[in-house]
Amino acid sequence: MNAHQAPDLVVPVAANDHVQGHANAPVTLVEYGDYQCPACGMAYPELKRIQREFGANLRFVFRNFPLSEAHPLARPAAEMAEAAALQHQFWPMHDWLYENQEEWSAYGAEGLEAGLRAVGIDEAAAARALRKPDIDQRIRSDFMGGVRSGVNGTPGFFLNGHRCEGDFRSLAGLIAGLVERA
Amino acid sequence: MAILSAGKAAPDFTLRSTPDQTVSLSEFRGRNVILAFYPADWSPVCGDELALFNELLEEFGKYDAQLLAISVDGAWSHAALSRDRKYHFPLLSDFEPKGAVARKYGVYDEKDGVAERALFVIDRSGVIRWSYLSPMGVNPGADGILKALEAMQSGTSLKQAVS
Repeated sequence: MNAHQAPDLVVPVAANDHVQGHANAPVTLVEYGDYQCPACGMAYPELKRIQREFGANLRFVFRNFPLSEAHPLARPAAEMAEAAALQHQFWPMHDWLYENQEEWSAYGAEGLEAGLRAVGIDEAAAARALRKPDIDQRIRSDFMGGVRSGVNGTPGFFLNGHRCEGDFRSLAGLIAGLVERA
Repeated sequence: MAILSAGKAAPDFTLRSTPDQTVSLSEFRGRNVILAFYPADWSPVCGDELALFNELLEEFGKYDAQLLAISVDGAWSHAALSRDRKYHFPLLSDFEPKGAVARKYGVYDEKDGVAERALFVIDRSGVIRWSYLSPMGVNPGADGILKALEAMQSGTSLKQAVS
C-alpha cells in the first residue's frame, strides 16, 4: 500500500453548504478556508474578481478549515460566520472577515465583535447559537471532510470536485478551460 | 536506498526531542506511531504539513497513534519552532550523525543534506504498515495517514472477531 493518490472532494456539495451561484453552473469552485490565514486573505479579492468574471458559469462554495493552533482567531471567526449564517448573513460576515482581516487580527476577540455590529447581527441570538454544539460540530465536520479530501493547507481549492495543486492565481485560467469545455 | 515499504520492521532509533531529553521508537511499542520526516524547520505556515498534523492529534489519538516528526535540524531550532507554532507533538533531531535515521528509512536526500518529505505508519508491534514519499515541495496532507490507520483498525478488529 505504498501508492497514495490524493482523493477528490469526498463530501459533495449539499444543501447545508454556503453557496453562491446557480446549482446548474458548469463549474463549481469549493474553497476550504481559514479566516485568519493571510494567504486566504490574499485570495479573497481574486475570488471576488473571478466570480464577477464568470458570472452564472460559476458556483462558489466556502467550507471551514481553521488551523486553530497557527491562527488562534480562525476558529472564533469561523464560529461567528456560522452564527451569522443562522441569521441568513453568512456571506456578509464572510466578506467582512476577509475584507478586515488585518484589522481584527490585530485586535483579537474585540476586533471580531466589531464585525457583528458592522454586519448587523443579533448578538444575543448569536451568543445563544454558539452555546449549542451544532456550530462546533459543523466546523469540525467541514475540517475533517477537507482533510479526507487531501486538503493540506489553506486556502484549498476544488474545481468540479478535483483538487487544485496550484495557488489561487491559476484558478481563473482553469475555470475558463472548464467553461469552454462545458 | 529506496524508502522502506510496508511489511518491513521499523528500525529503532533514539533521538533528541529537546536539548536535554531523548525519545526512542521502542518506547511506543504497543501503540501505533506516525513518523513524519520533513526537510527543514521554519517553512511557511499556511501550507505547513506539521501545522495540519497539529490540528489532527485528537483524530490520530482515536487510533491510538502517536505522531513523531523528524528533521535534521538541531534540538534548539526544534524547541523554538515548537514554541512558535504551538506544536503539541515531539520534533526529533536527526542531527548527529546527521540524517542517520532518515538513511535507515531510505528517505535521506544526499544532495541537499536533509530528510525527504516522507510518512510512515507503524503498528503496535513495530512493523511498517504504510509508507509514502512525497515530492519535496508537496505537502502530502493527512488523508493517506488516516486511511492507513483506518485499515489497520478494521484489520485488527476483524481478527479479534474471528478468534
